[in-house]
Amino acid sequence: MSTYTPRPEDFAPLGAQDAAPVLVRPSLSYWADARARLLRNPRAVGSLVLLALLGLFTTVGPLFWTVDPSTQNLDRISEPPNLGAEARLIDPGQRWAGIEVEDWPAAPDPAWLASPTRAALDAPEGLSVVGTPHTWSVRLRWNPVENAASYRIYRNRYQPTALNELGLPLGDRWSGAEVSYEDALALEPGVYWYSVTATDGLRESPDFQTLRVEVERALPLNTARKAGLIALEDGAPGQRLNLPAHPLGTDYLGRDMLSRLMHGARTSLFIGLLAPLLYVLFGTAYGAAAGFLGGRADAVLMRLADFVVALPFLLFMILFRVASGVEAGESGITAILVAMVLLLWPATARLVRGQILQIREEGYVQAARLLGAPQRYLIFRHMIPNTLGVILVTLTFAIPTAIFTEAFLSFIGMGVAPPTPSWGSMCFEGLKSMLNSPHELFFPALMISLTVLAFNLLGDGLRDALDARMRARE
Amino acid sequence: MGRYAIKRVFQGLITIWFIATATFAAMHAVPGDPLSNEKATTEAIRKNLEARYGLDRPVFPDQYFIFLGNMAKGDFGLSFTQQNRRVNDIILDAFPVSAQLGVLAIAFAALGGVLLGAFTALKRNRWPDVTVMLAVILGISVPSFVFAALGQLALVNANDALGFTLLPVAGWGELSHMVMPAVVLGLSTLAFLTRLMRSSMLEVLTADYIRTARAKGVSEGGIFWRHALRNASLPVITVLGPAIAAITTGGFVVELVFAIPGLGRAFVEAVQQLDYTLIMGTTVFYGSFLVFMVIVVDLIYGLIDPRVRLA
Amino acid sequence: MMRLGPAGRPLALLLGCLLAVAAPFSGAANNAVDFEGRVIRMVLPQEPPQLDSSKATDQVSTRVLGHVMEALTRFDGQGRLVPGVAERWEIRRDGATFWLRKDARWNDGSPVTAEDFVFSWRHAVDPKTASEYAFILQGIENAEEISQGEAPITSLGVSAPEPRRLEVRFSRALAYFDKLVAFATFYPLKESFYRARDGRYGADAEDMLFNGPFFIERWDHGARLEMAKNPHYWDRDNIYLNRIEFPYITSDTNASLNLFKDNRIILAGLDSETMENALEQRWRIERFDDGSAWYIEFNHREGRLTRNWHLRRALALSFDTYEFINRVIGTPGNLPGLSLFPSYLQGAKRRLLQEIPPPEPVTDWTLAREHLDKAMAQLGLREPPELVLLTGNSPTANKQAEFLQTLWKDALGLTVRIDRQIFKQRLAKMTAGEFDLVAAGWGPDYLDPLTFGDLFASWNLNNRGRYDNPKLDACVRKAQNSVDAGARVQAFGCIQSILLEDHAIIPTYERGQIYVIHPAVKGAIRRQTSPDPDLARAWLEQP
Repeated sequence: MSTYTPRPEDFAPLGAQDAAPVLVRPSLSYWADARARLLRNPRAVGSLVLLALLGLFTTVGPLFWTVDPSTQNLDRISEPPNLGAEARLIDPGQRWAGIEVEDWPAAPDPAWLASPTRAALDAPEGLSVVGTPHTWSVRLRWNPVENAASYRIYRNRYQPTALNELGLPLGDRWSGAEVSYEDALALEPGVYWYSVTATDGLRESPDFQTLRVEVERALPLNTARKAGLIALEDGAPGQRLNLPAHPLGTDYLGRDMLSRLMHGARTSLFIGLLAPLLYVLFGTAYGAAAGFLGGRADAVLMRLADFVVALPFLLFMILFRVASGVEAGESGITAILVAMVLLLWPATARLVRGQILQIREEGYVQAARLLGAPQRYLIFRHMIPNTLGVILVTLTFAIPTAIFTEAFLSFIGMGVAPPTPSWGSMCFEGLKSMLNSPHELFFPALMISLTVLAFNLLGDGLRDALDARMRARE
Repeated sequence: MGRYAIKRVFQGLITIWFIATATFAAMHAVPGDPLSNEKATTEAIRKNLEARYGLDRPVFPDQYFIFLGNMAKGDFGLSFTQQNRRVNDIILDAFPVSAQLGVLAIAFAALGGVLLGAFTALKRNRWPDVTVMLAVILGISVPSFVFAALGQLALVNANDALGFTLLPVAGWGELSHMVMPAVVLGLSTLAFLTRLMRSSMLEVLTADYIRTARAKGVSEGGIFWRHALRNASLPVITVLGPAIAAITTGGFVVELVFAIPGLGRAFVEAVQQLDYTLIMGTTVFYGSFLVFMVIVVDLIYGLIDPRVRLA
Repeated sequence: MMRLGPAGRPLALLLGCLLAVAAPFSGAANNAVDFEGRVIRMVLPQEPPQLDSSKATDQVSTRVLGHVMEALTRFDGQGRLVPGVAERWEIRRDGATFWLRKDARWNDGSPVTAEDFVFSWRHAVDPKTASEYAFILQGIENAEEISQGEAPITSLGVSAPEPRRLEVRFSRALAYFDKLVAFATFYPLKESFYRARDGRYGADAEDMLFNGPFFIERWDHGARLEMAKNPHYWDRDNIYLNRIEFPYITSDTNASLNLFKDNRIILAGLDSETMENALEQRWRIERFDDGSAWYIEFNHREGRLTRNWHLRRALALSFDTYEFINRVIGTPGNLPGLSLFPSYLQGAKRRLLQEIPPPEPVTDWTLAREHLDKAMAQLGLREPPELVLLTGNSPTANKQAEFLQTLWKDALGLTVRIDRQIFKQRLAKMTAGEFDLVAAGWGPDYLDPLTFGDLFASWNLNNRGRYDNPKLDACVRKAQNSVDAGARVQAFGCIQSILLEDHAIIPTYERGQIYVIHPAVKGAIRRQTSPDPDLARAWLEQP
């Protein structure tokens, strides 16, 4: 390290300088600045990407995934996500007449039945399957039991070990001579345990007989033809057929979830985007008018806004939805839109009015006015551009509210009418079957959450980028 | 101050009249009427029913002014669905339930929001902050009925796993019934307050008096509890008023899922049944409650904050 | 001890509070079954609107009333009619006599007299009472005239010549009158008490008088209802339970199942969504016919397309009741819709449907299209018409409506527009006839086929489609006025074949329900008429 020794030159006066150093940066307009700021925010960029994907899902998606959202596959109800299945074609033929033993009493002797010491009945022996069991029919038969008045048939997914584990009571045969049962109840491929007990008319016997049955997926020829899976003349019983995939599973009527989500997005996003757009626009015009007119007009206009604000939102949402008298075949979307616009505009109106009042007093507006700028110029050059940021942020945060409101109305059974799918109504229906087929709730709830999440993040980003005063302090 | 209060109350009354009129109009626009029933009735019986409820008179002006007159007396009339019961009694039974639930939910949301917000501000940009804020943003992105269903499911499984009842899964009557519904109900407010508290706390932590306190040698704990937390909570307190009103009137979903006999559920059922008087009573009551809350909050601000001058 | 950070302390405190709050709940005091105290707990699907038996119309009210009131007769667990307040009775062509037991008492200790029935029945038909069930007394002398306001209420054909003898005069034969009087509208009411309540009878627990096995001890509206054993009930020795409590009021099946799982309630209904869960839990699942028959009603009013027989037949031929119960509804216990009459109804000797077997339903889309073509030709239409299907706003109603919409689109190319309305709006539209098709159901008021049989008589106000067929009306009259069991079965057979051949309705299914019940509870009765479920004579067995 060297020591510094002052020299005489150091004390000589500087010569005259040409100019102060010019600091130049490219002139950034408000919007360019905002855009740059938004794009520097990773969360906002993420949300934009998410929204773009959602947009593609809704618009381009149905072009690629062309499954009709209203096609019902009653053989594939509430299936979890899958990539297709294989079924054997069958000929349904005639309805099975069943087996009735001749010369066998339908009910026990009343005298025997009246005896309190009568023995419990035996379990029905010889429980067996008639024909090939498949998902459209499992035919069972057993040997008649002495003194039986009726038989009860059960079905379980698990092997039963005790009387209380026999599972679903499928039905009863009301005669001791009727010794067969045909089960067609929502059968799925896999293993079932069938049990049969006998009843003497008053008491069910504690003994039961159980049969393990492996059920294979089948499809009746005519059903396959109706669904367009095979041509009218094609197909023969026994032939194997590949069934279409349902990547997100199916719903309670066997309809494709992916397709329904795509079409449901239209409803949910339509309400979610259009309603806020309408009421923010109306609120802006209203608030701007109030703020700009000022005085008595302002007081009257804002009084009216106060009235509307005081209406309990959800209560009136329900009332308006019911009062709108949705007719047959209408989805009720318009009713929901109108109700939302009617109830939600005042918040924006108040905000915009405040902004206008504030900007009106700003120096540059005063200056412009002094320079003789006409009203129209003031409005379009100063007022609107300077409130646009706030309005945009309000709009972004209003979208989640609108989507939630639609979902809430669906939840209490007052949403869009079927068959129009919406994420909200899909959630509502999925909620019931949450335990068995969680995918029916999970996917629509996920779509709602993703959309709301994206708009919330975008709103945060926009606020940071557009509004210096509301900028998060980080 | 006194004159201001009177003016506000007068405005409030006009607002309530507006709410009443809007409800009356909306309700009578609904096709159908509360007297239709699954079993058809003869003309004579129907006429008598109509007479009992005053529906035999023209909707306007008769029914409207009778309704306004009774409302001014604080009488909402007889309910259609819970026959023989006055709407006033139904509201008096159901509202305290909703209010208790709302207060508990707000307490949970405020306490949790303040603590979580402060906590995340302290751990700013480290993993606890990131995790909590992610949870918070998820919290405001999931519909409340999903939370309600999941909450109930969680309780069932927890009780099942523990072998005793940690908390009942539904019903009403004891404090333990309220815990889960209050948590579910308060969740989105909690998320909102956490965000608010976090940014407020971040601001406070860089304030001069904190630096001064630190320079004086106050312990970190002391700074957090005595200075930062208290000051940062102020904005939270100012939003509590509207939040209480919103939560108390917004408990529909939770009341339906957890079988809670609150006013929200009563309203949804009343609409299904087109119970004119109960619908009117509930709406006007809730509207008045909201109006009242706003007035009270405004007046309190005037008393607390000298910057707010009441003209 | 673990050191808690600054934020940890209040959190620990909060958790502590939660546990403290929860602790008192974990006792057995609120379990589904209390063996010591002989208490069972259940859920009520909704708050009873009011408990004045003369005005009760809904299943919840009648379920509660069925435990706290007793009629002249009642049904036992096997569905047999047994004596109630009446010790014995006699039904004649022109009237009936009931002899009342002497130990029947109200819960204030006073005896139940024939006068109490006279007052109650007169009160029910009084147009001033405006009871929606006044029609059920029709057939008693002057009942119709009184309810129209054309005769004084004292002219009702019922009298009490002695305190323990009730005389009834009929204006037409009522072969099933002993079954009919088990219904809620026929419960007794004590005049002095009723008048003293000044219009508040049935509004609260203290505004009621009970003569049944239990009495209502506490009724917190919308929240809970508790019944305790009635110490004055004549058959109290055969009542095992001391209390039946309803601490929960919810219609949500998931919530009830959760409560059941949590050992809070003894009984929970299952649906297609919750039944798998019950299987996993390895619970014993029970089923029963809940008694209701479901059908699609056509609008037969002038000018409606659905007046056309070919169109109705086309719609009926495309519908497959087996597919509907097995795939669309998907819960066990539902039976195919073969007739308007459910299968559990008794005929003269055997079950009614064994005596008048309905034809096996045909599903044939090709034939259906032929009928549609004929219908279009008759109606002068070039395109398949658009029809409006009126439905409610419950998830089940939605599901069925959506299924039908797609079905008829696929089968016939018909456009069905779904008109989904809240309960009261749907009823208003049904009454006004603003529909083409409406999905409807009917539960029996009393256990006689006539409760279904007269539904589509031209004068029946519940015939919302205004089906008007003199041949059917004649059969209904025959069934009403006859006391001969065989002749009545024949009349019901005539009603059934007219309805099916004319396609006045499309029967869709006969509803059965599945449920789980606490294994210690024995003797719970499920039945087709109220009160269901009936636990008045249930008992507990320690497992």
